[in-house]
Amino acid sequence: MTGKASMLSLLAKDRFASAAVVVLGFIALCAAVGPVLLGDLAVEQNLRAVNLPPFSIGHGWEFVLGSDSLGRSVAARLVVAAGTTMSVAVPAVLLSLTVGSAWGMWAGFSGGWRENVSMRVGDVILSFPSLLLAVVVLYVFTPSVANLIAVLAVARIPVYLRTARAEAAELRSRLFVDAARTFGTGSGAIIRRHIAPSVLPTLLTVAAVDFCFVMLTESSLSFLGIGIQPPDVSWGLMVAQGRQELQTAWWIAVFPGLAIVFTTVSAAMLAAWARVAGDPGQRWRLTLPRKERISA
Amino acid sequence: MTVAMEVERLSVDVRTPAGRVRAVRDVSFTVHSGQAMALLGESGCGKSMTAQAIAGLLGPVAEVAGGAVRLDGVDVLGLDPASRRKLAGPGLAIVFQDALTALNPVYPVGTQLAEPFRIHEKLSRRAAREKAVELMDRVGIPEPRSRLNAYPHQFSGGMRQRLLIAMAVALRPAVLLADEPTTALDVTVQAQIMELLAELRTEQRMALVLITHDLAVAAEQADHVAVMYAGAVVETGPVAEVFRAPRHPYTRGLLDSVPAAGDRGTRLRSIDGAPPELADLPSGCAFRARCPLATERCATERPPLAETGPGRASACHYWKELADG
Amino acid sequence: MLTFLRRRIISSALPLLVVILGVFFLARLTGDPANLYLPLSATPEMRAEFAARNGFDQPVLVQFGDYLAQLVHLDFGESLRTAQPAAEAVLRAFPATLQLAGVTMLLAVVGAAVVGSLAAYRPNSAADRGASFLSATAASIPDFWFAIMGVLLFSVTLGWLPTSGTVGAAAWVLPVATLLIRPFGVLVQVVRGAMVSALSAPYVKVARSKGAGEARVVFGHALRNAGAPALTVAGDLAVGMLNGAVVVETIFGWPGIGKLMIDSILQRDFAVLQAAVLITALTIFALNILIDICYALLDARVRQGVMA
Repeated sequence: MTGKASMLSLLAKDRFASAAVVVLGFIALCAAVGPVLLGDLAVEQNLRAVNLPPFSIGHGWEFVLGSDSLGRSVAARLVVAAGTTMSVAVPAVLLSLTVGSAWGMWAGFSGGWRENVSMRVGDVILSFPSLLLAVVVLYVFTPSVANLIAVLAVARIPVYLRTARAEAAELRSRLFVDAARTFGTGSGAIIRRHIAPSVLPTLLTVAAVDFCFVMLTESSLSFLGIGIQPPDVSWGLMVAQGRQELQTAWWIAVFPGLAIVFTTVSAAMLAAWARVAGDPGQRWRLTLPRKERISA
Repeated sequence: MTVAMEVERLSVDVRTPAGRVRAVRDVSFTVHSGQAMALLGESGCGKSMTAQAIAGLLGPVAEVAGGAVRLDGVDVLGLDPASRRKLAGPGLAIVFQDALTALNPVYPVGTQLAEPFRIHEKLSRRAAREKAVELMDRVGIPEPRSRLNAYPHQFSGGMRQRLLIAMAVALRPAVLLADEPTTALDVTVQAQIMELLAELRTEQRMALVLITHDLAVAAEQADHVAVMYAGAVVETGPVAEVFRAPRHPYTRGLLDSVPAAGDRGTRLRSIDGAPPELADLPSGCAFRARCPLATERCATERPPLAETGPGRASACHYWKELADG
Repeated sequence: MLTFLRRRIISSALPLLVVILGVFFLARLTGDPANLYLPLSATPEMRAEFAARNGFDQPVLVQFGDYLAQLVHLDFGESLRTAQPAAEAVLRAFPATLQLAGVTMLLAVVGAAVVGSLAAYRPNSAADRGASFLSATAASIPDFWFAIMGVLLFSVTLGWLPTSGTVGAAAWVLPVATLLIRPFGVLVQVVRGAMVSALSAPYVKVARSKGAGEARVVFGHALRNAGAPALTVAGDLAVGMLNGAVVVETIFGWPGIGKLMIDSILQRDFAVLQAAVLITALTIFALNILIDICYALLDARVRQGVMA
């Protein structure tokens, strides 16, 4: 069995994981093309179509999820907000993943005081609530997408730093690394060619879980008014705006929240699946029909 | 001689991804008070599972599929959980192999030793601790009173095994199951632990079921032996007789693979092949693929464990040929 | 035990130090501190007067000395909004947050211990899978949205619970529930995992072989062993609970430190924000020590330095 093909067939066997992939794919699609296609619609005000309830296309298909107090289409705003939310979460995760794992592999591979200092730095960042960190930084620097990405990335670097360091330190003692060193391979090359491929699957699983965390933090910040600023729109900000209309138009706050829940639950489910599928010792479980799975 | 425990046609099934597998098949044996019975076999032959089934400690994937375990004439397998718990300690006790993991790492040993008295005799904390001191003293732990509050990791391997035995014999059980009690220990410590078990057995008129893969331990410690292979008993009888004149080719193979003093310079003999997968037992006799005596009959007809003489039984069609040859 | 504590105190003090330094330099490296302390509409005269009064015309080292001296006296300056000492405002808000977080953490730990243990008792049973799915979902729901949905259902639609206030049990239900979901969901998963391995440990069989009842086996023998990993995570969650407190207090108008922080940000009241951040850091420092002590009490091997 080749790696890719067998992973895909394993994925197809798991109903929940496949559903998660479909949901995430749909959201990625919305995030990618939504702002281009529906950007105008999302800001177009229509004072004759204020607070329309959802699940009715009497005023046109764009109001299928209702409209807000300015008569804007909730559906269009959801799609555009998906783009904003992803444009913060994805770069933040990628940035912390890259920096954290490179740093962690280097620290674990080097050992000694470099390792100690790196771990201490990670502890310091992690022992401080990330929202609080964001609050302070976004007070001093103004809230903007770039600052938001930066602060979220910095707050999550230690997660990858810790994982990568632990795995690299363990691998450092293994024979194949010794063998490479004997042949005069440099540290950078050993990390790139020997350590990174073994550590990467674990780090990607961590990143999937962390994606949820980053998304939730961004939403919270936007909800609190110190994240994404109008006229931009993100799911968290939509909930905040819908909160004012809760008594008259519940759908404005409900749908963006549901979008967040669907995304985070899907990512969490996919991460859980990948953890089992990526572990050769556990993969057999996924080949069984669901009923017969036994936790040993 | 009073019968302490009777095990009759005990079977255990294990649920695996591939379906149910019979891990223990129709195991029967009897132990008498004050005597020791060795349950002998290679790892994976089902001897530990037999012990755990008797003690009611099977894990979530295994369950008793049939048979009876009689203590004082009562089938403990048929008892409700509460009555069974009443027997755990005074009726039936078990000693495990690895004392480090068998003792709870987060409680002082005094608390763990006092637990049987707290549960069964409802003693006060103080009185139970006094009992614990007596027990530690009995199993040969120096300065017991000052070590009541010590934790398991502060004891040596041999001392931990003594603590575990002390806990098991606390309520003077009628039957003690010892599951490879010395495998994890140094040879000198092994001998001490075996000696302790023998002393306690005579002192408390306790019946001992000794689960082991070590023929020497079985020969020295036990009065009777039951040899297990692939989940079933293949031969039983008094240890001395069975080891002198085995009536099953597997027992013979085991005995032959023990190096003797005169064998110096010759090749170690072993049984060819490996035990069969329990999920995929061959038809007829489970041992036939490795057996020098196997015939076509062995492939079609499973030999039952049948009496071959007073107190002896074998599950081989050709035990007579083996005894004569 | 004492050396263990001393080591932990020193290592936990490091973050505290970083926060103290961080706040000082953030206030200075970004340019004129007046930008941070004064409202955006402040006149140049106000700025000059402010700099002279606070010694910002002095060398940085002198400023840092003054800053440290102020910290020792809990003197963070005055609030722009109320002209009261900033520390006073923070200390007034502090108990409300502590009560809310304390009640929530207690419920989360006890609830997760029970639910996680029951789920682990029969791995892969319907109850286990149900608990796993619910806890995974609970850990993924945005808390602010959960709060608003709670308000929509129980306050707006049914009218059972108030939307704000701290008086009476009903006022506590939604804030506590909101703050609870995430730590509860995470803890259930941790406890379940630790309990599955603890329940299959030999000492559990030994306990059963002594005739111990199931409650004694599960909660006496296994849970105490599963407690250590759960406690570590609970500590991280307690720190993270401040994230939740900011959201919950803002939504429900809970007069705690989280709401105070958001209010001072939106009104650019840096003195209060600085005081709130430092006092929070101090609390986290104390909390970490407390968790280490619990950890050592739970497991003698930690106390005696057998396990790092």
